[in-house]
Amino acid sequence: MKQQIIVSGIGGQGVLFLTRVIAQVAVNRGIPVLTSETHGMAQRGGTVLSTIKVGDFAGPLIRSGQADLGLLLWEANLPVHDTLLRTDGTWVINSAASGKGRRMDAAQVARNLGNTVLLNLVLLGLAVREGVIFCSAEDCEQAIHMLAPEKFIEQNLAAFRAGLKA
Amino acid sequence: MTNNVQLLMGNEAIGQGLIEAGCQVAAAYPGTPSTEILQAMIDRQDQAVEPLHIEWSLNEKIAFEVALAASYTGKRSVAVMKQVGLNVAADPFMRTAYIGTKGGMLTIVADDPGPHSSQNEQDTRLFCLQGRVPVLDPASPAEAKEMIEPAFELSEKYQMNIVVRPTTRICHSRQNVASGSPQPLERRAVFEKNPTRWAATPAFLPAMHRSLNRNLEQIAREPAWQPRLTSGDGSASRTALVASGIVYSYLADLLDELDLTGVFDLFQVLMPYPLSPDFSALMHARYDRVLILEETYPVIELQLAHPGACGKQSGDIPREGELTPDLVYQALARFIDLDDPPEVPAERRGQRPSLCPGCPHRAAFYSIKTCFPRGIFPSDIGCYTLGMNLGAVDTVHCMGACISQGAGFYQAYRQDGEDFPTIVVTIGDSTFFHAGIPALINAVIQQARIIVVILDNATTAMTGGQPVPHMGIAAGGKPTRAVAIEPLVTACGVDFLATCDPYDQPRFERLLRDADTHIRSADGGVAVLIARHGCVMDPVVRKGQSRVKIAILETCTGCGRCTGHFECPALSLRRETKKAIVDVDRCIGCGCCIPVCPVAAIVAQEVS
Ligand code: SF4
Ligand code: SF4
Ligand code: SF4
Repeated sequence: MKQQIIVSGIGGQGVLFLTRVIAQVAVNRGIPVLTSETHGMAQRGGTVLSTIKVGDFAGPLIRSGQADLGLLLWEANLPVHDTLLRTDGTWVINSAASGKGRRMDAAQVARNLGNTVLLNLVLLGLAVREGVIFCSAEDCEQAIHMLAPEKFIEQNLAAFRAGLKA
Repeated sequence: MTNNVQLLMGNEAIGQGLIEAGCQVAAAYPGTPSTEILQAMIDRQDQAVEPLHIEWSLNEKIAFEVALAASYTGKRSVAVMKQVGLNVAADPFMRTAYIGTKGGMLTIVADDPGPHSSQNEQDTRLFCLQGRVPVLDPASPAEAKEMIEPAFELSEKYQMNIVVRPTTRICHSRQNVASGSPQPLERRAVFEKNPTRWAATPAFLPAMHRSLNRNLEQIAREPAWQPRLTSGDGSASRTALVASGIVYSYLADLLDELDLTGVFDLFQVLMPYPLSPDFSALMHARYDRVLILEETYPVIELQLAHPGACGKQSGDIPREGELTPDLVYQALARFIDLDDPPEVPAERRGQRPSLCPGCPHRAAFYSIKTCFPRGIFPSDIGCYTLGMNLGAVDTVHCMGACISQGAGFYQAYRQDGEDFPTIVVTIGDSTFFHAGIPALINAVIQQARIIVVILDNATTAMTGGQPVPHMGIAAGGKPTRAVAIEPLVTACGVDFLATCDPYDQPRFERLLRDADTHIRSADGGVAVLIARHGCVMDPVVRKGQSRVKIAILETCTGCGRCTGHFECPALSLRRETKKAIVDVDRCIGCGCCIPVCPVAAIVAQEVS
């Protein structure tokens, strides 16, 4: 099994946490995984990109036109990162507007749950529901349990499930 | 040994490796992409089976010297920094090559090809060539960790400092990495006095230089650090591929994808300097054409001096920027004549970074710009570099440069006549301690008439909140003696000193004008203003400040002052209505935008 995933957003949106959850699923299933993340200056509200390579890979970066799946937390990044996706790849997008890819107003769902940053897990739920990501709902919940701070576990699971059932 | 596989960031893997190898003194100054290495050691210090001292030093030179002396006692030590930090530590680093070490000493220097978060993309491997220090170049987070123990052994065998050079894509990549448990080394600190070595005068140095060169010749032939060959099938017998660092991983992935694994002779260089002479001889004898992939400068290529080299020096591969998988594909395609080399799509820029909503620096910059619209604004390294977006940062150079640059501006203008522009220098608290203090004393004794604003947010915010000396907290949250900024500034000979919360815009602007009066008065000199307000990324700071609910009135004219000049990311202009709107998700209710609006259309609805 091999899957190449990108997660795109802006600093402060929880791109790093989402990246870790997905990578943790791979670790829990005993699959090799590599990620790359954006740290430093760009984290101050600038465009950030994570890559996740699941399966037998040596390096963490994804070549143009090679990503199977893109999770887009910040819609305005679409033209910036679109070239990374394969022509038959899938975008899962946080957006209230209509357009390409599988879309959902994940920010609004998260806001209703009390915190906009939860949109990262709402979007993950949607990707699992759509069957476009290698992990199952149970996989994701297990990883969230491992990585979320104790007092936010329930809220995080609620966000994931909201995306899953939407 | 437990064999516990975890998802670790490269920096965490290195930190884990240092603990497992029995490193007992670790010192660092934070800097992207190296910061999380020391943090990982702090988080894992309970795993250490022997005493472990971890410190955030004031700067990289200090970190290096602390680790160095610890090594003199026979213990294992490490200094950690980013590539430009090595410039700060260059002085002790260069001499250490001659004098040597005793207990294993590593210097971990994280390079930033790109650069993503640095002021240049210098190559530490080239620095090591100039300094005559062996350097190791790992190709993945797991390999970076695996290198730590043998690197200490190499250091101890030759009594030399050894550099491990990860790059951003290793530091900030995660991978499944197996952890083990530390083995006790049972070393007690024993410093054997030997002044002809540890305090060597010029008379002793030629001999030390000779033995350094001898060591390097032997190290270059160390079996464990020879380039690793994956043999090809012979179908391309006079052609070889050579790569080092993360680029080797990209190449391996690419060969796999193109079904070319095992076709070409492929070498991974583990130690780019000193390059193995046997390897060089082999390359010259056996191959006509060699593709050399490395970041960021052609260090292997230069040492190899192969007539059939295809690399950066030969002009076949871009000489600047990160060597991404796209570029590796392009280089390989050209080298082995694949049809239709893929075009690398032009990079598109996304959202630019900006100071966080409610960041106290924004308020300070806005006031500085308001008071001195024609001022000159030297600034420095940190979040506040982003004051550029507000037009309140004119120069950014290297840690601490802003104060000396401010003084230099003053001297140059002053020569031309009595009138000089108001020069307002901005420097963060951590940067002030790092390299600002000598520069401040210098500005004072050279009688520069400048305003220095110390942006004191009580933390090293850019790199994620490492402690600063005036807070009385050391690495890992341990309490320590605090060293306050005010008495330091006074002791530097500054006669005008005031402290103010930049959220209090009227007072802050009054003090800026007072400072300007001071520098222009008969016996004026440097004026220092401390703009004190905690970084609002710190939840404690956020909780401690009142929060207003902001509303924009219908009277908004859409002038763009709050979104453009003030540039709070929580404010934007709606295209359809030409009026400002507040993003409730991002606004933290600091209220700093209220006085910014020329028609008083930004109001506080309620206060909590
Ligand atoms: S992290 Fe802190 S100092 Fe840096 S921009 Fe945000 S609020 Fe300002
Ligand atoms: S109150 Fe104004 S300045 Fe402060 S975060 Fe909200 S919009 Fe930005
Ligand atoms: S709120 Fe005030 S400053 Fe902002 S655009 Fe409207 S009128 Fe201009």
